[in-house]
Amino acid sequence: MSATQPVSDVLAGPGGTTPVSRPRRGRRIAWMPHVALTPSWIIAIVAYLGTMAATVELSFTRSKLLPVFEFVGWHQYVRLFRSDVWLISVGNLLLFGVLYVVGCLVIGSVLAILLDRRMRGEGLLRTIFLYPYALSFIVTGIVWRWILDPTLGIGRSFAAMGLPGLAINWLGSEQLAIYAVVVSGIWQSAGLVMALMLAGLRGVDGEIWKAARVDGIPVWRTYVSIIIPQTWPMVITSIVLLAMSVVKSYDLIVALTNGGPGVSTDVPAKFIIDYLFVRTNVALAMAASTVMLVVVVVVLMPWIYFQYMRKPGGGR
Amino acid sequence: MSAVVGVPTARGPKPTRLGPARIGLYAFAIVSAAFFLMPLYVMIVTSFKTMPEISNGAIFALPRHPTIAPWIQAWSKACIGMDCRGISPGFWNSVQITIPSTILSVLLGALNGYALSFWRVRGSEALFAILLIGAFLPFQVFLYPLLRISNVLGLYGTLPCVILVHIIFGLPVMTLMFRNYYAGLPMELFKAARVDGAGFWRILIEILLPMSGPIGIVAVILQVTGIWNDFLFGLIFAGNDHQPMTVALNTLVSSTFGDKPYNIFMAATLLSGAVPLITYFVSGRWFVRGIAAGAVKG
Repeated sequence: MSATQPVSDVLAGPGGTTPVSRPRRGRRIAWMPHVALTPSWIIAIVAYLGTMAATVELSFTRSKLLPVFEFVGWHQYVRLFRSDVWLISVGNLLLFGVLYVVGCLVIGSVLAILLDRRMRGEGLLRTIFLYPYALSFIVTGIVWRWILDPTLGIGRSFAAMGLPGLAINWLGSEQLAIYAVVVSGIWQSAGLVMALMLAGLRGVDGEIWKAARVDGIPVWRTYVSIIIPQTWPMVITSIVLLAMSVVKSYDLIVALTNGGPGVSTDVPAKFIIDYLFVRTNVALAMAASTVMLVVVVVVLMPWIYFQYMRKPGGGR
Repeated sequence: MSAVVGVPTARGPKPTRLGPARIGLYAFAIVSAAFFLMPLYVMIVTSFKTMPEISNGAIFALPRHPTIAPWIQAWSKACIGMDCRGISPGFWNSVQITIPSTILSVLLGALNGYALSFWRVRGSEALFAILLIGAFLPFQVFLYPLLRISNVLGLYGTLPCVILVHIIFGLPVMTLMFRNYYAGLPMELFKAARVDGAGFWRILIEILLPMSGPIGIVAVILQVTGIWNDFLFGLIFAGNDHQPMTVALNTLVSSTFGDKPYNIFMAATLLSGAVPLITYFVSGRWFVRGIAAGAVKG
């Protein structure tokens, strides 16, 4: 493959195009490949499976500052779901996640279609739309915190322009702070969708466009009914990528709002880190991690199976 | 919206005349570009302003008395907690973390990809499945036990510890990228080398690695930007002495009380963003390929 291929090809699973090699007939088995894979096996077993098992196990203990293996059943889970902070974090994550994913998809797709219309200066525009994605979420958070600064930021400029209605203290409001997180998140990641969708749009057969024009179908109609449906693998890939950054969202929150005001922008990833290192309740943090683990596995399993574990000949 | 897509001509030759729809299209493009450029513009102008200018002027105004003092402060004088050496120590930590982590994880990915695509290895499907788990689950699931392990091994708070963590969590996407790249190479190449008596390592080093340029570049770009931008691993595993630039930057901004010197903050932010931004501007299309190939990284 080359990196210009569609993502689905790049990510083709073991059932896909992998040649099965049988370099050894008879003779001794090749042991060097096994040796070569040993570090990866150690990482897989210790750092992935082992730690995951330990996380689940610790969630059933009464560990506070340090791990103790004194088991208390579902106690931590009961506490977790009775914790307002946790429930608010989960609610925040859902609200942020939906708005962020939908916002990135809509804006990214519109930008991709825009560039697909053979704009002059397309390369420059593409660079401009995508550069935020190269930055760290910490950088994004700090910049937007300055832009949205209540006294010196963009609000004052709006007020000076005679638009005091737009001079809103986003970060100081428990109701509005989460939308500031959404806007800065979309600013950072819409370009990702743009890049993926543009690749998808460019991959559509040019004959379709000719046929649509001959039939007199308006351009917007062609996009909505014919072209966009053909790019669904890119849409799915975008959604998975964005959803994964939603679940992991920590950096952006820390840099932009640090969870506040109050807990109005707290999210599960931050809840877990706080309970591990600040509030020293390891078992509760592990219970929260286990909940995240289960949810992600349940949601992602069908996609992972479809993308990687399909048998040969499954087609695309 | 209709201005965006409601253009009469579809693909084909560039329209020679500017219709109203075409003008709307360009207007929309310019407004979008302005939105995406605005934070970068604000960062740059703020970093060259003096504090009185920031407290009295508009956020979008150009600096009237441009000064590089905030940059010098940010780089070598600003106080991060009790440490008044600016964010330059963070920069050098990030360099020391990023270079070995990138080299080692790319090489390990290449080795894995080769072993998994050209050799029949027992259990490779199982290994692949576990690596996928590592690629998709939130890091919180692994973090705490990993921290305990690093403690027991006496690695906690050292550079090798952070580097090791980056290698561990970079492994899935690196393996996938190289495995799929090698899977697309002709098998005959491999068989011919086998017939000539080349062993496992010779085939990798003399035949495959020299052919791995394109995927290698993509992998390096992906790792350099990803590792440089990391915050969580640096925060948790680096201890106080080896914190990467992102952690130093966040501490600088959040530990300053009273009047916030936004000019210094923005200079520090630009300094922290410089490495990934330069990587992006220089690598261009390769970066986009990395996004597509790294779609499993998350």
